[in-house]
Amino acid sequence: MGLEDLPHNFLTGRVEDLVKWARRSSVWPVTFGLACCAIEMMAAGAADYDLSRFGMEVFRNSPRQADLMIVAGRVSQKMAPVLRQVYDQMMEPKWVISMGVCASSGGMFNNYAIVQGVDQIIPVDVYVPGCPPSPETLMHAILTLHEQIRTGEITKRRAEGRPLEIDAAASPWVPGKPQAVQIGTPR
Amino acid sequence: MTADFTETPRVIERPTWSTKETSEGAQELSFRDETDSAELGREVGAVLRLEDGKVLDPAQIDFDRPDDETMIINMGPQHPSTHGVLRLMLELDGEVVLRTKPIIGYLHTGMEKTGEELTYVQGATNVTRMDYMSPFHTETVFSLATEALLGIEIPDRAVWIRTLMLELNRLSSHLLWMATNGMDLGSTSMMIYGFREREMVMSFFEKTTGLRFNNNFVRPGGVAADLPDGWEDDVAVICDTVLARSFEYDDLLTGQPIFRERTEGVGGLTAEEALALSVTGPLLRSTGVPWDLRRTMPYLAYGELDFDVIVGTYGDNFDRYALRLAEIRESIRMIRQIIEKMPSGDYRIQDPKVTPPPRGRIDASMEALIHHFKIFTEGFKVPEGEVYAAIESPRGELGCYMVSDGSSKPFRMHIRGPSFVNLQVLPLLLRGGLLSDAVACISSVDPVMGEVDR
Amino acid sequence: MTEISLGALSGVPTAAGVGVDQIAFPDRSSYVATIAGLKDAAFEMVTDLCCVDYLGHPGRTLPDGVTAERFEVVVNLLSLSAKRRVRVRVQVPEGDAVVDSLFSLYPGTEAMEREAFDMFGVRFDGHPDLTRILMPEEWEGHPLRKDYGTGRVPIQFKEAPGPR
Repeated sequence: MGLEDLPHNFLTGRVEDLVKWARRSSVWPVTFGLACCAIEMMAAGAADYDLSRFGMEVFRNSPRQADLMIVAGRVSQKMAPVLRQVYDQMMEPKWVISMGVCASSGGMFNNYAIVQGVDQIIPVDVYVPGCPPSPETLMHAILTLHEQIRTGEITKRRAEGRPLEIDAAASPWVPGKPQAVQIGTPR
Repeated sequence: MTADFTETPRVIERPTWSTKETSEGAQELSFRDETDSAELGREVGAVLRLEDGKVLDPAQIDFDRPDDETMIINMGPQHPSTHGVLRLMLELDGEVVLRTKPIIGYLHTGMEKTGEELTYVQGATNVTRMDYMSPFHTETVFSLATEALLGIEIPDRAVWIRTLMLELNRLSSHLLWMATNGMDLGSTSMMIYGFREREMVMSFFEKTTGLRFNNNFVRPGGVAADLPDGWEDDVAVICDTVLARSFEYDDLLTGQPIFRERTEGVGGLTAEEALALSVTGPLLRSTGVPWDLRRTMPYLAYGELDFDVIVGTYGDNFDRYALRLAEIRESIRMIRQIIEKMPSGDYRIQDPKVTPPPRGRIDASMEALIHHFKIFTEGFKVPEGEVYAAIESPRGELGCYMVSDGSSKPFRMHIRGPSFVNLQVLPLLLRGGLLSDAVACISSVDPVMGEVDR
Repeated sequence: MTEISLGALSGVPTAAGVGVDQIAFPDRSSYVATIAGLKDAAFEMVTDLCCVDYLGHPGRTLPDGVTAERFEVVVNLLSLSAKRRVRVRVQVPEGDAVVDSLFSLYPGTEAMEREAFDMFGVRFDGHPDLTRILMPEEWEGHPLRKDYGTGRVPIQFKEAPGPR
């Protein structure tokens, strides 16, 4: 290939890998702490667990500067529009970790007040189990996300994170009445 | 403002209610000309029970101030320093806060409704997720209310284990408060230190209960498990380390000029105002009122412990900081006494009605298996009645009002969250202060939104 | 400890309770006057105000002369100087769910009354800002009423085999 003649002070590789490496090594989360899980998210960022080992200690307060939204805690019906707005304000590429069972599926609070899974509002990349997930579990999720970024594509825009089209005529929303809702990332 | 209640019979002129009061934007801060005088007074921090001039000169309320001179800004619900999803609407004149209105409900979880669907056995799982900074307290108040309805007395060891866990939890909650308060005032080191010490308590909780928090450890009839072997050593290490490091906080914050400048005289509160606004806990004690339910209305084993009730003098943010730091030391003093006095015995009541049979008997006896199954599916029946139990959580009086209809599920379970009530003091604390001090004032109230919104 | 007299409760049906000195059952017209009397008798603080919906309750123990109604507003008062607690329970009929507000006596009840309104639809006459506090503004219904469903959603699993 002719590379043998070159001096040995550089590496060759694809631009794509470089971009992925850079993205993976500096995922900045937006502070979206809601409930109990937020305390564990803070604990993960603090002394004992030290998220900065993964280049993630920079919790951005402005969604415009963040790549990752860790939805930490239960999402109420009142909070849902706020959550969606903050998500829309984030720049591409962006990822979402749904931390804890309340964010993932409503958890033990299957009632009128809680959105039964944040994936009805925004697309989710990694679900973290636990109530609350310990900082180790959150870190595992973060490493899983890093792996997804490393093996994923860089140019493909993610599917538009619209909420599922629910046929309003077929199942009109009556507060307090059970309603059929599909759990899962909108495709 | 005060109505005349002497005239009888009264004819109440009732307005025709419409949905207008819950229309778009009704919860938000509105312009002055759209707000009536009582509400406006509340938003500028007047405590309307007190006489004029005592808390706010009515002349200071500028009812006719044009709205183009001031600015209404929105802070939250997603904001780094509002301690959760609290939303504040502030009216500002430059950087000075004129009016404040807290808007809550962004974490409303419907726990009181869910609590009516869970049995008394399952109920502790539900309430422990309310105050996620001190879960043992909500579990305990729920259990105390249930036990009062049942009319049972729990064994001594269970009482002392509960007391130990409550004090350790107060320690961890105050440490977390030290961390976040430091963060809000720009002291990132304090944030790291607070979490570092808290992790020690958390590992002990994990060892004892299996979870770091949301433990579901205190249950009606006792506690879920006995303390692990060697718990005295673990707890003694926690006490020694945290006590030694609490003096490092003194070096870092208490004597530091910048910290004192930012907290002394900021967010002042008087005892009269605090009482009128139903404020409890460190906020009330910081004004000089020695009201601590552990001392004044003792529950569990607090009557046998030797401790001091810490009070402040000026009711400002620095008093509240110093008070919580001193309460950390008092908690350590109490925990050391608990280690000495911990009795032996059963960790839960041996009442077949309430207590499931031990694991070993389930394998051997069919009756025990059925009994176990029935307790965890149907639960136990609680006599008809209503009760209000209250304990001192790190944030104030945590109450549980429970109504039973004789079945195995509470008919109504209401939790009086101290931060829910304490939040009403914000317009008063923030009035006339700077916007940057607003963050410090919110922090000094120590709201936990899970408990505010429930 | 100062002794306090509960003279304000004379003429009002009372009962004993667990962990509380007395439970008073005034009717709606004497509700605020009773509380005002208790405030003068050194009950400095209303610690808790909540509402209970007794729809479907098999029957509760009430003293003579008190007619059971669907809603009940429960006020827990605390005297710091005498270390005593008193509870006031006032019956509120379903058709006319309005009681007078305690705001002018105890400003700390503001948030609690708003919560009771939000969750039960009981209105408080004289409250400065009676709006929803926990639920979104456009929410319909009052969630903690017994005839309001929990809103339990049946879980449907993604890619689960459908009915055949």
